[in-house]
Amino acid sequence: MIKKGFIVLTLCALLLALAGCGKSTSSSATGAAGEKSVIDAGAGENATELSYWTFVELHGKFFEDMLAKWNEKNPDRQIKLNVTVMPYDDMHNKLSIALQTGTGAPDIADIEIGKFPDFLKGTPQLESLNDVIEPYKDTIVPSQLDLYSKDGQVYGATTHVGASVAFYNTEILDEAGVDYKTIETWDDFKKAGMQVYEKTGKYMGTADTSANWQTSMMLAQQKSDYTDASGKPQINSPEMLKGLTVLKDLQDNNVIATIAGGQPDTEEAYGEFNSGNYATAFMPLWEMSRYTNYMPDLKGKIAIGPIPVIEKGMPRSYGGGGTGTVVTKTAKDVQLAKEFVAYAKLSEEGNIAIWDTLGFDPVNMAVWDMEDVTHNPDNEFVQYFENNPFDVLNEIKDEIQLIKSTEASPTINNVLNTVTLNEIFEDGKDIKQALDDAQAQVEQDLQ
Amino acid sequence: MIKRFLYSQKVAPYVFVLPFVLVFLVFWIYPLGSSVTMSFQKITLGQDAQWVGLDNYTKLLGDKIFLKAVMNSAVYMLCTLLILIPLPMLLAVLINNKFMWGREFFKSSLFFPALTSVVVAGTVFRLMFGEMDSSLINSFLGWFGIEPVKFLKGQVTGFIALLALATWRWLGVNMLYFLSGLKSIPDDFYEAASIDGASAWQKFRMITMPLLKPTTIYVLTISIYAGLAMFIESLMLWNGNNSPKNIGLTIVGYLYRQGIEKSNLGYAAAVGIVLLVLAMTINMIQLAFSGLFKKED
Repeated sequence: MIKKGFIVLTLCALLLALAGCGKSTSSSATGAAGEKSVIDAGAGENATELSYWTFVELHGKFFEDMLAKWNEKNPDRQIKLNVTVMPYDDMHNKLSIALQTGTGAPDIADIEIGKFPDFLKGTPQLESLNDVIEPYKDTIVPSQLDLYSKDGQVYGATTHVGASVAFYNTEILDEAGVDYKTIETWDDFKKAGMQVYEKTGKYMGTADTSANWQTSMMLAQQKSDYTDASGKPQINSPEMLKGLTVLKDLQDNNVIATIAGGQPDTEEAYGEFNSGNYATAFMPLWEMSRYTNYMPDLKGKIAIGPIPVIEKGMPRSYGGGGTGTVVTKTAKDVQLAKEFVAYAKLSEEGNIAIWDTLGFDPVNMAVWDMEDVTHNPDNEFVQYFENNPFDVLNEIKDEIQLIKSTEASPTINNVLNTVTLNEIFEDGKDIKQALDDAQAQVEQDLQ
Repeated sequence: MIKRFLYSQKVAPYVFVLPFVLVFLVFWIYPLGSSVTMSFQKITLGQDAQWVGLDNYTKLLGDKIFLKAVMNSAVYMLCTLLILIPLPMLLAVLINNKFMWGREFFKSSLFFPALTSVVVAGTVFRLMFGEMDSSLINSFLGWFGIEPVKFLKGQVTGFIALLALATWRWLGVNMLYFLSGLKSIPDDFYEAASIDGASAWQKFRMITMPLLKPTTIYVLTISIYAGLAMFIESLMLWNGNNSPKNIGLTIVGYLYRQGIEKSNLGYAAAVGIVLLVLAMTINMIQLAFSGLFKKED
């Protein structure tokens, strides 16, 4: 008898537990998996609750800072932000499905630049931000707005310039007797790299196969692009051939080598860099936050410098990567969401916070000259790196090129990063042949 | 009234199969129908679908990446058939043997991987087959003086990793199918054969194999479909749908890339229909050959 009662009790407990689980999943507003958190940032009872999806955890932290400022300034229009962080592919795929079906999309979302053109296809299911951007327009690098525009409408609020630079591990360079400050051209880099390989057995840099940061950088130096003025792909252009030939020559001389993960911004590569197997990474400035977060052993050993060029006088940088924050058509309170996004990401306060919390180079270039912000000794990025990033940024300020984002971009990136770069750097396929094949594949895909 | 209805021999069977029929109609026939429709359309975000006739299909025929995906799926299916039918059958026979030591232990430990999530297993295998010299497989190869291999960047080595994952995960399941098949073979047959002086091999050839045929056909059928429709294993092993040079891209992976990643739903629907036709054709031929459609005498 006692036993029976016990079983009934256990079953009841189990049922209750299950019911509890059911309730918590069904109450999730978006129905999306992923880490969720609600930021109320001092919002009162009447605050509007908005949902926000992102693929970078740190972006949530940034919005938390900005939300506190917004709620203080706008006591009658306060906001609570419901943040969901999901992995890169998952988030974009879920957002794409939600926008296609017209249900389940968040109010605000981050879309990475590589995926952005896909969301601009047909009639974008996003709200135009033109009116809310107006007050900030004069302070922002104009090309940054074009990246997220279609037919004169801006759909995404940009995050950073993403000026690409070289990150040098000076511990390795010192061991080999190389001074990174003397490196100006790829020839200098090659000489230095051969010395590094000879003395330390380590590679000077990476030959990227799963991302095209390096390819873009070589194109930008020659003032070229993946697409021509009319948006047609030109993967087999002479500039592409030239750029990849320079990189291939570096690989053949043991200056650069392929890396696990295929490019510096991957989990495997963080490990390789952290253990000091590669001395240089050529990446957009946001790679800084990867150093501070994932490569703690390199603190105080990394110096930032301009990227080498094919010939002296060529532009030394281009804006790489980026995230546009969008407001969806199904947003609860479109106007409120739009105004908050514009304030958070484009106002001067927002731009200062973007540097302070995220370590990104803000799109409001006036911030680049604010000594107290850029050289703030309490800033973790200022502390981590040997030299101040803004000293380099201000030096290359007028040389930052733009690689266009077009409807063909996602396809071009996909072909290069899965097939072409692997063929060239892993299999040693003839570069001209590989590029011709890539061009044919892209044209076929875009039909 | 209700009683008469429930006890009616004519109505009751229909009531009982109704849930299945409903589920089948709503979750199978309806999506299938709309996929067929979509495969003749161009669907763009926020706009009405456009009829494009056979355009999607003609584009598919010339699409090299799609052909690569079909090849990958076909090779994967064939390899899984070659590994995942003979091996589990052999293991089942061994485990079914009364003189085998630790039968229950082997049975459960071989089945255990099937309980793990493919996501976890795929991630673990990705780390095991990593290209660094410190990854598990490479450090093992290092003991024999073999240089580190970039497993997940080569076609053949990539498939070795993929098949290792598939074998590890599905071996136990197929073995259980064969074990249940073996249990239904009466011992008398073997006793009789022993008296006639049959060797172990002859008993296996002449008794076990023919009597296991229904099980084998079943395993073959589901393996063909599972092989052609494989997706998650590849997705997890390469940490995404974009493997180097598309060495791990499968038909479903391509459907996912076109439909979800590139919001090209019409084209993706055509990929899905081709997969359905392919799997159906192969399975029908296979079933016809194994005599499933013949009337029983």
